[in-house]
Amino acid sequence: MTSASINSGGRVFAVALALAGWFVKFVAVVLVIATFNFILVHAAPGDPAQVIAGQSGASDEKLLAQLRAEYGLDKPYPIQLANYLKRVVTLDLGYSYRQQRTVASLILERLPATLLLTATAFTLALLSGIILGTLAGVRAGKWSDTLLTIVSLLLYATPVFWLGLMLVLLFSVQLDWLPAFGYVTIGVPMTTLQRMGDIGMHLILPAVSLAAVYLAIYTRLMRSSVLDVTHQDFIKTAKAKGLKQGRIIIRHILRNAMLPIVTVAGMQAGALVGGAVVIETVFAWPGLGRLIYDALLQRDYPVLLGVFLVMSVIVIALNLLTDAIYRVIDPRVSVRAAS
Amino acid sequence: MSTLKSFLRHPTGMIGLIVLLTVVILAVTAPWLFPDDPWDMVGAPFQPPLSEGLWLGSDMLGRDVAAGIAHGARISLIIGVISTLTSLVIGVTIGAIAGYFGGKVDEVMMRITELFQTIPGFILAILLVATIGPKISNIIFAIGIVSWPPLARLTRAEFMRLRGREFVQAAVCQGQHPLTVVLRRILPNAISPIIVTGSLAVASAILIESALSFMGLGDPNLMSWGFMIGAARTVIRQAWWMSVFPGLAILLTVLAINLVGEGLNDTLNPRISRKR
Repeated sequence: MTSASINSGGRVFAVALALAGWFVKFVAVVLVIATFNFILVHAAPGDPAQVIAGQSGASDEKLLAQLRAEYGLDKPYPIQLANYLKRVVTLDLGYSYRQQRTVASLILERLPATLLLTATAFTLALLSGIILGTLAGVRAGKWSDTLLTIVSLLLYATPVFWLGLMLVLLFSVQLDWLPAFGYVTIGVPMTTLQRMGDIGMHLILPAVSLAAVYLAIYTRLMRSSVLDVTHQDFIKTAKAKGLKQGRIIIRHILRNAMLPIVTVAGMQAGALVGGAVVIETVFAWPGLGRLIYDALLQRDYPVLLGVFLVMSVIVIALNLLTDAIYRVIDPRVSVRAAS
Repeated sequence: MSTLKSFLRHPTGMIGLIVLLTVVILAVTAPWLFPDDPWDMVGAPFQPPLSEGLWLGSDMLGRDVAAGIAHGARISLIIGVISTLTSLVIGVTIGAIAGYFGGKVDEVMMRITELFQTIPGFILAILLVATIGPKISNIIFAIGIVSWPPLARLTRAEFMRLRGREFVQAAVCQGQHPLTVVLRRILPNAISPIIVTGSLAVASAILIESALSFMGLGDPNLMSWGFMIGAARTVIRQAWWMSVFPGLAILLTVLAINLVGEGLNDTLNPRISRKR
């Protein structure tokens, strides 16, 4: 009883420590990226006021003067930077003069679609990778093994946007099974349930295109990880105890073999979010990636910088998620130094 | 020589090498194979593959898709190789400093590396190119900036491993300059895993370049595979070939480089497992 409560006390402490570590890392990353954004605005060719206004060429002197005053562009750089960081911390991401709206409201409007897409792709890649990799590892050496290696090599070399287009060509243009682009069918009255189903149908192709390469990586990793674990002593012990094959796979092999995959998934979160930008462009998915594309066409810097910041935050959130998963499944370590 | 021989016996590595050499030859001979500017209109628009004089068809402005692919090969390979060299310079320098000195220096260097790994690299590349302008040198710089962290980590690990070895200690004790120790003693022994990872980095640099030019951030004066796909994307219902062939070109090139990289890995680091 006492030992259990000490144990749980230690656990709470470890979790608190980890959360504190993550918070420090989170703040550090946000500040560094904000500083980076600031440097970029000043490194861009031309007057920073013009950059903030959206490099339209239509240099409305009144607006530029107003911007210079508002952003204190005549003050020394350190003060400008401090002001900028202060605004970022208070969630003021600036104003898009091109769209006549605050950047925060633009991002907030597009955020759900991006979160839906990246979360679906991430879960799809992780879950299917773990399941397929385990199957391949348990049945190592069969033809499915070779097939898996070839498919993952091919996917690893495929540009994600091209894969998306090819899936559109096959499933939308040729077979007409799935919608080719968009988020939801427009102009059709639908109940909430129908609407969710419709969004789900639109989600399939982008999510699969985005997940495909990670699915391949995780499957291969999981396969070799399962093979490694299978040959360790504690599995022999489990077999000697007379445990059933299914139980050994799920309780002993799977749980241990998943750890490296979760680690890699966390490390690749940044690449996944970057891929989402391209995929949203391909499928006209109304998320942050699409917002970047439109902002690029208009050279709308405040939007670009804001999205960069928010997407970095999404990556940190995914890192946090994989770290939490790691803690839950790792059978050995309950306290891991916050890093 | 024995390394070369064992690579020649590596089946998939050889397949990759043959495909890669084909792409290189295509890139080098493009000005003779397709002397016309790949941006010029050479036939009617929307000609399907195998039409008169257009093996791979023409695009919506009557440009030769095959010519675009041949000229695009040059851009992809040049950007892939030079941006990887850029990221090698950054990554190996940072990794070497961190691994050689260790301690506080190592910690600072690794924090920077970690930070760059957290930032979504592709979006950073987009921002950089959009800010400093879509010129080929800027694109190379941007890809180099976002690709170095894995190289830094690898170099650091190798340097840490070699730092404590007797021959390095001996060189230090003899009073050799740290730069000499790093460049003449440690680096030559750490070079083969760096070569392997570097060769794989060329493949991912080509993928980043294609995605950038797909997004409209390619050099507007240079024909590239990503640009061709991006431009043809809206007409994919009517004209599949305009997107399919450039994509296949990227796929084959990247696949070939990956196969060569894996072959190099198996021949140069026979004891290190493939999993890395």
